[in-house]
This record gives sequence, structure tokens and C-alpha cells, in this order.
Amino acid sequence: MDIWALLVIPLIVSVFIALVTRKNEELSSYLSIGAVVIGFLIVLPYLLKLPGDPHMHPIEQAFTWISIKGLKIEMGTLIDPLSIIMLFVVTFVGSLIHIYSKGYMHGDPGYSRFFACLSLFIFSMLGIVLSNNLIMIFVFWELVGLASYLLIGYYFEKPSAADAAKKAFLVNRIGDFGFILGIFVIYYATGTFNFIEVEHHIAAGHVSSGTLTLAALLIFCGAVGKSAQFPLHVWLPDAMEGPTPVSALIHAATMVAAGVYMLARTSFLYAAAPDAMVIVAYIGGFTALMAALIALAQSDIKRIIAFSTLSSLGYMVLAIGVGGTGAGMFYLMTHAFFKALLFLGAGSVIHACHTNEIWEMGQLYPKMKTTAVTFFLGSLAMMGVFPFSGFWSKDEILSATFQSGNYFLFAMGILTAFITAVFISKLVVVTFFGDKKYHGHPHESPKVMTIPLIILSVFAVVAGFAGFPGLEPNFGTFVHTAGAALGEHGAHAEHHFNFMVASLSTIAVLGGILLGWSIYSRKGMKSDVMAERLPFTYKFLENRFYIDHIYDTYFVAWIYNGLAKILNYIEVNIIIIFIINGSAYTVRQIGKGLRLTTTGQLQNYAFVMVGGVLVLMIIFAAIL
Amino acid sequence: MEGFPIISAIIAAPLVAVIILLFLKDEMLWLVRAISVATTSLCLVLSLYMLWAYDKAKGGYQFVERIEWVKSLGISYYVGVDGISIAMIVLTSFVIFTGVFVSWVGVKQRVREHYIFLLLLVAGVFGVFVSLDLLFFYLFYELAVIPMYPLIGIWGSANREYATMKLTLYLSFGAVFALLGILSLYFVAGAQSGVYTFDMLAIGKLSLERSYQIKVFLPLLFGFGVLVPLAPFHSWSPIGHAAAPSAVSMLHAGVLMKLGAYGILRIAMGMLPAGAQFWMPYVAVLCLINIFYGGLVAMSRKDMKFMIGYSSSSHMGYVLLGLATLNYIGVNGAVLLMFAHGIMTALAFSLIGFIYDQAHTRMMYDFSGLAKKLPFVAVAFAIMGFASSGLPGLANFVAELMVFIGAFKDYPFQVVIAVFGIIVTATYMLRCIRDVFFREPQDKWDGLKDATTFVERLPFVILIAVLLVVGFYPSIIVDIINTGVVPLVDKINAVPHG
Amino acid sequence: MLTIFHYLILSFLLFSIGVAGVLLRRNIIIVLMSLELIFNSVNISLAAFSYYLQSLNGTVFVIFNITVAAAEVAIGLAILVSVYRVRKTVNVEDLDEMRY
Repeated sequence: MDIWALLVIPLIVSVFIALVTRKNEELSSYLSIGAVVIGFLIVLPYLLKLPGDPHMHPIEQAFTWISIKGLKIEMGTLIDPLSIIMLFVVTFVGSLIHIYSKGYMHGDPGYSRFFACLSLFIFSMLGIVLSNNLIMIFVFWELVGLASYLLIGYYFEKPSAADAAKKAFLVNRIGDFGFILGIFVIYYATGTFNFIEVEHHIAAGHVSSGTLTLAALLIFCGAVGKSAQFPLHVWLPDAMEGPTPVSALIHAATMVAAGVYMLARTSFLYAAAPDAMVIVAYIGGFTALMAALIALAQSDIKRIIAFSTLSSLGYMVLAIGVGGTGAGMFYLMTHAFFKALLFLGAGSVIHACHTNEIWEMGQLYPKMKTTAVTFFLGSLAMMGVFPFSGFWSKDEILSATFQSGNYFLFAMGILTAFITAVFISKLVVVTFFGDKKYHGHPHESPKVMTIPLIILSVFAVVAGFAGFPGLEPNFGTFVHTAGAALGEHGAHAEHHFNFMVASLSTIAVLGGILLGWSIYSRKGMKSDVMAERLPFTYKFLENRFYIDHIYDTYFVAWIYNGLAKILNYIEVNIIIIFIINGSAYTVRQIGKGLRLTTTGQLQNYAFVMVGGVLVLMIIFAAIL
Repeated sequence: MEGFPIISAIIAAPLVAVIILLFLKDEMLWLVRAISVATTSLCLVLSLYMLWAYDKAKGGYQFVERIEWVKSLGISYYVGVDGISIAMIVLTSFVIFTGVFVSWVGVKQRVREHYIFLLLLVAGVFGVFVSLDLLFFYLFYELAVIPMYPLIGIWGSANREYATMKLTLYLSFGAVFALLGILSLYFVAGAQSGVYTFDMLAIGKLSLERSYQIKVFLPLLFGFGVLVPLAPFHSWSPIGHAAAPSAVSMLHAGVLMKLGAYGILRIAMGMLPAGAQFWMPYVAVLCLINIFYGGLVAMSRKDMKFMIGYSSSSHMGYVLLGLATLNYIGVNGAVLLMFAHGIMTALAFSLIGFIYDQAHTRMMYDFSGLAKKLPFVAVAFAIMGFASSGLPGLANFVAELMVFIGAFKDYPFQVVIAVFGIIVTATYMLRCIRDVFFREPQDKWDGLKDATTFVERLPFVILIAVLLVVGFYPSIIVDIINTGVVPLVDKINAVPHG
Repeated sequence: MLTIFHYLILSFLLFSIGVAGVLLRRNIIIVLMSLELIFNSVNISLAAFSYYLQSLNGTVFVIFNITVAAAEVAIGLAILVSVYRVRKTVNVEDLDEMRY
């Protein structure tokens, strides 16, 4: 029952804020924060029990949602190690972001609306995590899309925010297009939506491998949309239009994590469809590398972090693609801490400087020490420096890739780590050290904002030890899918510390830091030196490989200005004007012609009448 | 309520109100509105009572009443409801109830006459949904169509003469074909059984020859299809929506278009199972034109009412796809979608009408940033837009999901196109929301007022509430629809494939 | 001996003259008179058949027809007079008010 409360409380709070406490901003914020903190407190006992019982039996509770002849859809919750860890991440990081928002959003005219949307967001995300079947996960999947739409478009008067919100929703919709079709394929192959039952069917070999590959790829489309993988990654950078806490929430604990979580939840499907896994791995690897490259050429602090998220998501998807579900989830968790930290830190900086441009900051360290130090810790975790959390989780992914034998992907992973180190060190150096370029008097943010930063930085530093190889049971032991209790696919979540992989990645990261530091710590730099030295590469990267441009000019223009306009032309000119009005016109013209026979001459009529009688007479005569 | 003629009361209430209104003076505005509200709330209460009192375990037709009318010709006033009819009646009651309030706000001249025609129309609609006699079905059908002519012609907006003429001609044209089919059924069934009757259930029990069923299915499909509207006979509908006053657009898109689908379901499919088997696969192809073509045309429209108009014909494509599946899931989904779409479009037209009545334009490019000035309308409009694009939590999602699941097995290609159509819907809905409600507010729209009074807000609140309730707890209505769908589908599937 | 054919031939001739008058003459009074000729040709044939078949039905019809024709002429002439007063013409070609 407590699990249902966990799910429903944020919804109730959201509705309550929208309908009742809209005018009372203080109360609204407390309600919203309360909802997510209560959620965290509900999850905590489950989490604490987990190390003692790593192979816990999944707890399922469900009620019938739709029941007609031939179809039964349930709404239900599934509690297993995977969902418990995800619930912990969502509620814990969510709580800190809520508290931070209270300070950050202070004085905003839509304060209550913001918290109502945040609660809706948390509700939807919890729904995804708790789902025990595919339809329910899809339902909440879409609701996450709605919540992100509302929050990204929070400053709806800004055209760019309105566009970004629309873009996020629609791009996600394109991914969901595949997702829902994948759900149908699975349903017709197995006759059920329930995860555990589907897994039983697949394990029993009831489903042909072609169907499995198709279903796996279609479902992966959903994750491509939500977790912003190439080629549907374009919405994520634009999602920066929302307030910074929203970015933190989207990037760290909810939304993008949903895609990876869903892949982990359905990993039994991928384990049975090796062909699909290869594609998943390559898309993940490519996204990771591409996003890291793009991040090199950005100068907006939030954008840099946004592309680093894309890159991290690529890592997670790569992990799933090479069979390292546990590694992927582990990275998801550590990433949630340090990415939330980086975003909230960035928010604190923006709050102080009133700009997003890193080239208008610099030398902020003396002014805002807490922010700077926590941001610094977050960066180290992000880059994956020993012994910060990112090191352990990234290492797991890299060794899983290495073990899978795909050395090309492994090389991409190492390269990504190197580039990540370069642009993150650039970000830190230019923002907090370097020359003083800011205007006005930046100052440290209030306590309500810095305390979440401190808490997050603690986790960003130590969370990695949950996966410490010497620890037993460690993270890898208890992250496996619902069906892992059956003993089929849990095995690949285990991994062994690979010293060679760890040293390679450490070398790459340290090299990246040195490079970034040496380039960007030079005095008197006003803008990115890369733009001068490598203008073409820089432009290419700055424009994000021109992918958005290609979409806009080709796909969007084709459908919107091409196909739709053509069909509208057909509708208006051919169907309505030519066929419909044309037939009306024809009838009218015929009438006009026949009208001429009405001469008004009595004798004409009489003549026709007599003639008609004569004709009739002849006909009758002929017949008789 | 045992023995109380509920169904007759639902039909008679608007007719009685019409007679009372005829004797009132135009100046008695309050009385006119009060009578209309009272009548429609009575209908709403009675239909909700039926929803509650219908015995799902027993199924079949309930609350049946029968009075012989012309015995020698086999015509009788014969009414009753099954699960499908109840869903449609509840839909109609909600739409007319809210429509009366929308007209309260929107219609300023000839108020009395407006309500007279509105109530006449709705009596006809109720009659169609409950008739078990073919002739009465047809009479009520005409009664539902004809008042549209003055309603659009007198109270309509731009281009109303053209629109009302086109609409009436199209619908009469379709009705003639439907009548042809009905009469053919009457004579052929009479010749076969020796008893000439318009009794639908009696004719339905006969096993008509397969080739005859296939032949007569076509005029019925076409006749009712024009009203659905089945592409390419759809062009009366968007312009009809656009020219009609808000309450009439609500009824038109919300209910009248469902008459066509209901006719196909009840008469064509219900009485000619072999014909359904033969023709519905073709409908599954035709409906793609509705879905895809309608959706893309809607995308390129700048007038909000036209956009919703084309989107309606696009959504009716999903209904047809659901019907074409001929299985429990798809047909249930189709009926639920008729319900959900009816409520959703009613909401859409009431909102657009609310804006139009103040701004005197419906062009998206004329607006921006209305959300600042009209927060309530903006929220309601967004909910409508999301319902239309199939967002979970709102009724349309459940219905579309069921249609897709039902259709996926036999028509996977259609489902791919149909799911793509949902993206198209989301595209134009979100674009409309962005253009009209988001971005910077303009000075020229400072004079617009939000819906603040009870009368203004009530219709929006009720329609949204219905969408949410059915979206969160679909069983409330799906269970009852299912009781009507199961025997119908069983009957179709019992026919050996030829 | 006069047979029925003689009467019928007379009737046919009268009818033809009447039709020709109706179709060809322009004076509306003559047209009306020609109409009377047609009437009477029918009366003749009715009377002839009545005699030939030894049945009174035909005779009754004839008397009935004469009555109706009388009424018709009265109304027709009255209309003609008022038309003449308004239009100052009795030429049918000029009376084409009902033209398209």
C-alpha cells in the first residue's frame, strides 16, 4: 500500500496546488517538497533492506484497469532491486532539486505553477519506475513527456522556450511511435504486457528470434527518444530553455534516465536479441562520442553540461548494448548525483552572474567558494577521476565493453572519456579561474541552494563505492532485472575489475585534463581559442554536426511545407473547387440550358404537347 | 424507476421544451435559458441513470418500449438501449448540456429560436441512438440533420450560406442511399420471412443470402459513411464546423458525425454480418485517407476551426479502423473513441468559439501569448490538445490504444500509419497552442476576458472532467460498451467466410 | 347510311382544324374558339359512340362537357377581357410574361 501512496501523493499534491493553493506560493512549495521527501522516506526502508537481501523476490501488486473480452490491461507496481535503486535516485535527487528550486525560483510569477509541474513530473517518473507492465510504462512515459513539455515551456512567453517545449514533446513522440509498435509486437507474440510474464514466455522460447529483434529495436526507439540518443537527441540541448532546476531534474533523475531504466527493465528482451544489442551498443557509443565533440565547441554553461549528459547517456546505452545492464544502471545512479550537482551549480552561477556565457564569467572562485568547490567535485566525478563516483561506474561500462570483445566501441569509449575531460576542465577553468570577465557583483547563493549542492557533492564523491569491487554484495549484485530472480540473465551484471581498462581510462582522463587546463588557463583569453585555430571544425561542432539544420530543412520542411501544403492544395483546389463545386456548377449550367425551353409562348408549349401525343400514338400503334 | 419510460422521456423532454419555447416571447431570455438548461439536465440525469442501472450481466437491449404504430406496414415505435447506445446517449447528453451553456454565452440574437432548433436536433439524435425500428431510425436521423440548416444559416459566421447548403445537400444525399438500403432490407426480409417489418431485431435474426448482404451493405456504408465522414466525401464537414456557431459545432462534431459511425455499426454491420466481412477490409484501407490526409491537411490550416474540423475527420478514421477490425478489442475501442472524440471536439469548439466571440478571428497567426491573459482557457485548450494527441490520462488515449491493439493483428500496416497520424495530430495541436497561447502577449488582445463566471466555466469544466474520469478509469464506460459489442462481433464472426 | 365512321371522320376533321387553329392562329380569341372546336369534336365522337354502343354514358358525358365548356368559355373570356385591358393586345405572342 505504501508503494501506491508513493505514486499517488505527488499527483494529489500537483492537482491540489493547481486547484487550491495556487495563490499561496509558500504553501505550494512546501507541499511539493513534502510530497517528494515523503516519497524518499517511503523508499528508504526498501533501500536499506536491499544489501541484506540482494536476491529479493519481486513484489507485484496490480489491479485491473481495462477488462473487455479479449483484452485485459492492468495497472500495477513491481518492486525489485532495479526499481528500488531507481526510486531512490528519483526521490533523493528529486528532493534536493525541489529544495534548491525553492530558493532558485524565488519571486517568479509562476511559482506555484512551477511546483505543481515538478510534482507532476515526479509522479510520472515514479510511475515509469514502478510499472509492472508495458502499457503502464508507456502511459507514464507519455506523462513524463507532458511534464517535460510544461516545464521546458515554463517561460512560455519566450518564443524559444515555447519552441523547445514543442520540439521536446514531438521528438519524444517520434521515439514513442516505435515504442508503442514494439509493445504491440510483444503483445501479439506473448499475449501479455506484464514484464515478468513476457520474460517467462521469451525464456521458454515461445517467441521467434526475428520477432524478438524487431520488438527490441522498436522498443529501443522509445529509449532513443526519451534518453536522447542519436538521431533523436536534438531536443535535449534545447530543453535548456526551462529553468535550471528543471534541467537538473530532466538530466539527472528523471526523463532521460527513464529511457535507460526502461532498457534495463526490458534487458531480458535484448539478451535474447543479440542483433538488436549490437545496434543499441553502436548508437550508444556514437552518441557518446558525438555529444562530447559537440560539447567542445559550446560556450553556454548549460549547453556544455547538456551535451555532457548526452554523452553520458550514450555511455549508459552502450553499457546496455554490450550486456552490462548493471553497469549502465550504476552509471545512471552516479551520473544522477554529479549531473544534478553540476546543473544546480551552474544554476547558482547563472543566478549570480545573470548570464549563461562562460566567456562572461571567470575568476568566480573567490566570490562563490561553496559553489565552486562543489562544482569542482562534480566535475571530477563527471570526468571519472579516481576515486570519485564517475570513475567506478565508467570503469564498469568500459570493462563490460572490453569484455564483449568489441574493441572499436571500447576505443570510442576511451576517446569519449578523453574529450569529456578536455571540455569539462575548460568549463571549470574558464568559469571559476582564468581572467575576470564578469560584470556586476556576483555573490554566493542562499543556503537553501548551497546545502543541496553540498549533499550532492558528498554523494558524487562516494557513491562510486557502492560498486567497489571488493565490496560484497556490491551494486552489480543487486541490479538485475525483475526476472533475474529466475537466474537467467542476472549473471552478466557481475563484472571483474580490469586493471588494464582502469589504467587506460585514467590515462585518457588525465591527458584530457592536462590538455584542457594548459589551453584554457592561459591569460588574456577572451573567447575560445579553438575557434581561431580550427575554424571549420569549430563551426561544424558548434552547429551540432548540422543535424538540427538537416532536420529543419529536410524533414520538417518536407512534411510541413511540402506534403501538407500539397495535400491542402489538393483538398482546396481539386476536391472542393474542382470536383464538388464543379459538380454543383455543372448542374447549374444544365439548368441554365434547359431554362431556355421556357419561352412563354403558349403555342410553343401546345405544339410540343401535340407532337408528344402524336409520338405516343405512333408508338402505341407500333406496339399494338 | 421500474416501468418508467426512461427512453421516451429522454426523447420527449427536448420536444416538450420546444413546444413550450414556441409559446414564449423572445424577451423572456431567462425563462428560455432556464427551460433549456432544465431539459438538458433532465436528459443528462436520465442518461446517467441508465448508465448506472443498465444490467451488465444480462446485456442485450434494456429499457425497451414498444408501441405499434402502423401495424399493416410493420412499423412500430420500438426503442431500447444496449451498451453501445448508452455510451452514445451519455455522450449526447453531455454535449447538449454543455452546449446550452456555451450558447448562453455565445448566442446573442434570436435566442429562443436558436434553442428551439438545438433541442429539435438533439431530440433527433437521441431518437437515432435508441431506435430499434428502421423507419423510426430514419425519421429521427432526418430530424437530427435538418435543423442544422437553419442553425448554421442563421447563426453561423463567415461563408455560412455556402456551408449550410453544402452540408444539407451532402447529408441528404447520404441519407437517400441509407434509405435505399433500409427499404431494400424491409422488402427483402419481408419477402423471405413473409412478415413485412421494420423491426431491426427481427430482421437481424434472419439469415439473409450472402450475395444480397454484400450488395446492400454498400449503399448503407456509403449513406452513413458520408456522415462519418468517410473520405473523400468529407469536405462538407470542416466548413460546416467552421461556419456553425459554437454550440452547433459542438453537436455537429461531437455527436452528429457519430450518427454515421453508429449507423454503420448498428445497421450495416449489425444486420449484414457477411457484408461486413466482405466490405470492412476495404474500409480499413479507406480510413487511411481520413487519418493521413485529414491530418496533414489539418496541419496546413491556419483557421483553428478548420484545423479541428480536419482533425475530426482524421480521428473518425481511427473509429473506422476500429470498426473494420471486426474483433472485440477494435470495435470496443472504436465506440469508446466515438465517445472520447465527441467530448474532446465539443471542448475544442466551445473553446475556439469562446475566443472567436471576443476576438472575431480564428486565425492562429493573429494571436500570440493568450495564456497570460486567458490562463483558464489556455489550460483547457492545452488539455484538449493533449487529449486529441492521445495523451494518457485522457479518454482518447485509451480508445486509440484499444483500436491499435485490435487492429495490429490484421492490419499492421494501417496501425503504423495510424500511430504516425498521432504524431501528426500532436504536431498541429502543439503548434496551435504555441502560436495562440505561448510567445509574447500582444497589446491588441488586452481586451480579451478569461472565462471567469460560473456559466462560462461550467461547460469546460464538465467536459474536461469527463475526459479525465474516463481516461483514468475507463472501465466506467468500457465495461458497458463491451456488453453491446460482444454479441455484435460474435454475430459477425459466426458467419462462415465465403 | 351514315355509319359511325362518318361521325368519327367529322370529329377528326373538326379536331384537326381545332388543333391547327390553336397552334397556328395568333389571335387569342380565335385560339379560344379553336379550343371549342376540339371540345365539340370530342363531343361528337362521344355522342356517336353512345349511339353506336346503345349506352347512355356517352350522352351523359356530352351534356357534362357542354356544361363545363360553357363555364370555361365564361372564365376564359373574362380573363381575356382583363388581359386586353392591361396589355391592350390579343396576340398570344405578346403574352409571354412567364418566359425564362
